[in-house]
Amino acid sequence: MKILVAISKVPDTTTKIKFTAENKEFDNSGVQFIVNPYDEWYALVRALEIKEAGGGTVTTITVGKEDNDPVIRKALAVGADDAVRVNAEPTDAYFVAAQIADYAKKNDYDMVLTGKETIDYNGSQVGGMVAEIMDLPYISNASKMDFEGNKATIIRDIQGGKEKLEVETPFVLSAAKGMAEQRIPNMRGIMAAKRKKLTVVEPESADALTEVVSYALPPEKGQVKMIDADNPEELINLLHNEAKII
Amino acid sequence: MAVLAFVDTLEGSITKSSYEAVHYAAKVAEKTGESAVAVTYGDASNDDLKALGKFGASKVLVHKEQKDMNPRALTTLMQEAVAAEGADVVVFAQDFTGKAVAPLLSARLKAGLVSGAVDYPDTDNGFVVKKSAFSGKAFAMYSIKTEKKIISILPNSVGKEAGEGEAEVVEFTPALGDTRIKVLEVEKESGDGEIPLTEADLVVSAGRGLKGPENWQMVLDLAKELGAATACSRPVADMEWRPHHEHVGQTGVAIRPNLYIAIGISGAIQHLAGVNGSKVIVVINTDEEAPFFKAADYGIVGDAFEVVPKLVEAAKAHKAAN
Ligand SMILES: Cc1cc2nc3c(=O)[nH]c(=O)nc-3n(C[C@H](O)[C@H](O)[C@H](O)COP(=O)(O)OP(=O)(O)OC[C@H]3O[C@@H](n4cnc5c(N)ncnc54)[C@H](O)[C@@H]3O)c2cc1C
Ligand SMILES: Nc1ncnc2c1ncn2[C@@H]1O[C@H](COP(=O)(O)O)[C@@H](O)[C@H]1O
Repeated sequence: MKILVAISKVPDTTTKIKFTAENKEFDNSGVQFIVNPYDEWYALVRALEIKEAGGGTVTTITVGKEDNDPVIRKALAVGADDAVRVNAEPTDAYFVAAQIADYAKKNDYDMVLTGKETIDYNGSQVGGMVAEIMDLPYISNASKMDFEGNKATIIRDIQGGKEKLEVETPFVLSAAKGMAEQRIPNMRGIMAAKRKKLTVVEPESADALTEVVSYALPPEKGQVKMIDADNPEELINLLHNEAKII
Repeated sequence: MAVLAFVDTLEGSITKSSYEAVHYAAKVAEKTGESAVAVTYGDASNDDLKALGKFGASKVLVHKEQKDMNPRALTTLMQEAVAAEGADVVVFAQDFTGKAVAPLLSARLKAGLVSGAVDYPDTDNGFVVKKSAFSGKAFAMYSIKTEKKIISILPNSVGKEAGEGEAEVVEFTPALGDTRIKVLEVEKESGDGEIPLTEADLVVSAGRGLKGPENWQMVLDLAKELGAATACSRPVADMEWRPHHEHVGQTGVAIRPNLYIAIGISGAIQHLAGVNGSKVIVVINTDEEAPFFKAADYGIVGDAFEVVPKLVEAAKAHKAAN
């Protein structure tokens, strides 16, 4: 199976979010960047497991500038065979999807895997857009995937439950929790990653359909109101009379 | 011209977030002098569909033969509805269905999509939509630059208001056929009468502070008395104390109920990422230094094993009195 996994770079999950330039830019000073957890733990690791079981290749693709390379090396250390970077600012989801779709079309993959969302912009958009541009079936929020030949049995989250479905390759899938278990790269993987191929390709022309104009932080939480542990009835009272939610 | 709202159904009932999508579409339509049209599929009753008029829809297009949540088929349904109604804005709820369909429609129509919107668009200067970003830690203002626009709203961010009115229900049956995905089985998450977590107004959640799965009965009791759904922290799901679909947070589900009660949960940043959109947060924890108190509206420093049973009694009394 020839698999393409879309990898993105996001601020570490514990990052304190700040903005600069009058709230027009994300302040990345002192921020540690990681591979988006859904891309790494679920999409990439499941791709590796499928390759280990049945042969094939796992290539990662990232749309971004050189500052993505450390994160790409991390994905290579986890076990991807090689990596592609489309050398352009990831301006919006459609632009990113157009780049990934274009590369995937030219190189004939059995599957394109993405994470269910990035933890910074929380779009949940790129995977679906790649599928639509490539005219392939899209399986969103998948938590399990098994193969028999080129036929996959997949479980995905739907409103109120789960759906089990069958689909033949090629397709595009976004991965959620359950797909696989996180793998911590070992020393050998980290050394090997340094020698693996990272191909840089120039972008195709594509339009961004949206643009971030500014950011804002949520208003500060007011002071917490403490209630005596011996008198929890007071909580029910406050929720009813003050907060008016029960 | 029209503003479309995509309406999803769950076992024949219209989902709560779909009412919000209709309400949102009606508000946008009011601003732009258009009408709001709901588009749906499956088994909702005609009475329920007519009643979408109360939330501001003037018309409902319904495709009854389409039963599955097939993303491509539903994309075609929306594409055809956009053409039939000359729509320039389409509204989805950012739930599992919206996440599966909205990006496809965006790419198909080359219409800019803002997902996770939390407010109405600002149309004074272009078309700018405020969305939740950085897992609830901030907001981003997005300008949509295309003529057609798609907005997917976070559940429970704009609410819904029922007024008067009845929508005209029209059968709408364009060919949708996408047979490449074959549904084998659908498994429901919640038992009969239980409230699915993503639809719940009130949520009671517990963490590792409860020590073991055998101690969950009081949590279930509290949820039952309040009419709430139940949730848990990640380690609790990882240790299989509770089912995985209850796991909230950065890697689990993100929820935005009116009330979130956190029992024996420390309030790690990755947990908060999934619940910080809740309107009111209550924290019950033995450790007064637990970070969760900083994000709370009400707090009780105390032992869950003593506090929660008393709360169950108080909730019971409250229910009886109201
Ligand atoms: C990349 C990443 C993603 C993550 N994603 C998530 C996620 O999606 N969701 C999530 O929840 N976590 C997530 N985590 C884990 C997170 O960092 C925390 O480890 C986790 O939330 C802690 O769970 P907890 O609060 O139940 O347990 P603990 O941190 O162990 O807290 C237990 C709390 O219970 C209190 N307590 C103990 N006894 C009692 C008692 N008798 N009565 C009342 N209180 C008591 C303690 O004071 C303590 O505050 C993630 C971590 C990483 C690195
Ligand atoms: N710049 C990028 N380069 C490569 N893949 C990306 C990029 N941005 C997003 N993705 C992929 O698309 C998924 C969904 O992203 P999003 O639509 O931004 O939430 C991510 O989990 C990644 O797999």
